[in-house]
Amino acid sequence: MIWEVFRCERKGQPFEHAGSVVAPDGEFAEAWAREQYGRRGESVALWLVPRDAIRPVTDWADEFDLKYRRVDGYSIKARLKEARERAGAAG
Amino acid sequence: MAAVEVPRDEQAFLEYVQAGGQVEATDWMPEDYRAKLVKFIEMHGNSELMGVLPEREWILRAPTLQRKLALTAKVQDEVGHSQLIYRVVEDLGKPREQCLADLISGKSKFHNVFHYPTRTWGDVGVIAWLVDAAAIISQKALLKCSYAPYARIMKKICWEESFHILHGRDVVLAMVTGTPAQFELVQEALNRWWGPLMQFHGNPIARDEDPMWIWRIKSQGNEEARQQFLEGYVPQIRELGLEVPDPKLRRRDDGVWEYAEPDWDELKHVVTGHGPKTEERLAFRKRFLDQEKWVRDAVLAA
Amino acid sequence: MPAPRAERLLELADDELVLGWHESEWTGIAPTLEEDVAFSSIAQNEIGHARAAYELAAADLGTDADALAFDRRPEEYRCAPLVELRLLDWAHTIARRWLYETADEVRVTALKDDPDAEVAGLAAKIDREEAYHRMHAEMWHERLRDEPRFREAVEELWPYAVALLPEKLRPELATRTGLELPSNSLLQGKGRGEHVAELAEMWDEMTMVRRSAPAGAQW
Repeated sequence: MIWEVFRCERKGQPFEHAGSVVAPDGEFAEAWAREQYGRRGESVALWLVPRDAIRPVTDWADEFDLKYRRVDGYSIKARLKEARERAGAAG
Repeated sequence: MAAVEVPRDEQAFLEYVQAGGQVEATDWMPEDYRAKLVKFIEMHGNSELMGVLPEREWILRAPTLQRKLALTAKVQDEVGHSQLIYRVVEDLGKPREQCLADLISGKSKFHNVFHYPTRTWGDVGVIAWLVDAAAIISQKALLKCSYAPYARIMKKICWEESFHILHGRDVVLAMVTGTPAQFELVQEALNRWWGPLMQFHGNPIARDEDPMWIWRIKSQGNEEARQQFLEGYVPQIRELGLEVPDPKLRRRDDGVWEYAEPDWDELKHVVTGHGPKTEERLAFRKRFLDQEKWVRDAVLAA
Repeated sequence: MPAPRAERLLELADDELVLGWHESEWTGIAPTLEEDVAFSSIAQNEIGHARAAYELAAADLGTDADALAFDRRPEEYRCAPLVELRLLDWAHTIARRWLYETADEVRVTALKDDPDAEVAGLAAKIDREEAYHRMHAEMWHERLRDEPRFREAVEELWPYAVALLPEKLRPELATRTGLELPSNSLLQGKGRGEHVAELAEMWDEMTMVRRSAPAGAQW
């Protein structure tokens, strides 16, 4: 079985995918991942997950222009400049 | 925003990776890219695994507890690297058992330096310092590999290799500041390892003729790597009073290092399985693989 | 009057050094790459324990840890034959690992109550680090208990493991392993300080580089 290893480098950090080990069960996976991903103190915690338990999601539809949901959908430079100029003229 | 789609057409794929595009295990890839990738990465895995053998003997002979621990940890790292690397190859479709079988049979290759004998504790210092330095230069360049799973493991590998160079240099320093006999051990080891070190990065084929560069598997040409090695390490070697055994070695005003032409025939001869220790080491690997097959059968069945 | 602590420390240190030496030989050739990495950590831990114990003893004996580890003659080592055997097959290696770890737990638990605070403190630290070793040994024992090669190896090495401990601690070892204590005749030649031939051979290889330079040379 392939066990994916997620590691947390420091408390408070997210768990990141670090690699995988080939092991027959969780016990062996733990014994082996502990040393492969922790012997130099590089992880404070690990999550071990059988590869089969992971459900990958890799595609989204993007048919319509949904810019309002994204940062690049907002272009405020021109209007901001105008507002500042007006405020400056008034003040 | 749609996920980045890797183009399903060889020419478009080529342009994609040359523009810095990244490829994952589940993406479409041209057959040639996949084949070259597997061969390259497998050779790296083989090299880490075979690299263990010259150094192992010295774990048992380490002259202090600290050196014994440091050397064991270094060799352990190499095994760990081979695990990381073979996992990448496995996810590209080639099972580990097959990789190991091909290694033993000579069908797949490993780097030249691991075909040579180690003779003294001087070798231990020189290998950990300079062979690992040569390797780390190639490995740093691989951080930008177009194949993302491989690029990702290189980060851990490079981090761990940096410890090895520190250890190696420390071993060398202790000896060059020790007795004259110890200094001589280092010089003698350097004399033997210089040739293989100069061959390590491979023939100076032009980048544009190197498929590894074209596919952006490697982000650096062979000669570029060798020059980096010389630039970084020749001064460090000389400042210890050691002599580099190449009378033609000199740094030009434009920063380029000139050197005696490495023996490319020797490199080819060694890498195709005719090195002084090739047969013995492969036989040693085979012996233990065969001996412990029953363990894998007992343990890897889920 | 209790024996000088250096004696207790050298028994522990020599066991861990010699076992660690043999176990470090598996680096690069263990049955799977993942196990190779894990097993090497265990070997390094053992040597680390040896070093810590040597350092304490060295303070008492007016020397240093490396001198104790390497510069004594083989006859002077205080290890037990169990750790001296050179076992280059996995069944025996992992059987010894399991037996030794169990015996060591019994020994270290006793040392945690040592009248000397530093010895007790060291034992506590070793005990905590060996939690991983025990998990690892149990894991293998579980997996291989029905495998004939493993069972035979355990049977063969069991008297050595018993002989490693002082008599009063042996019943506890029997309880933990579920094995019956062998008769004393089977323990002949396997007791602490009774060395087997492999120790001198190992010592030769272990010290060859160190002996190649004058005493006190730096490495």
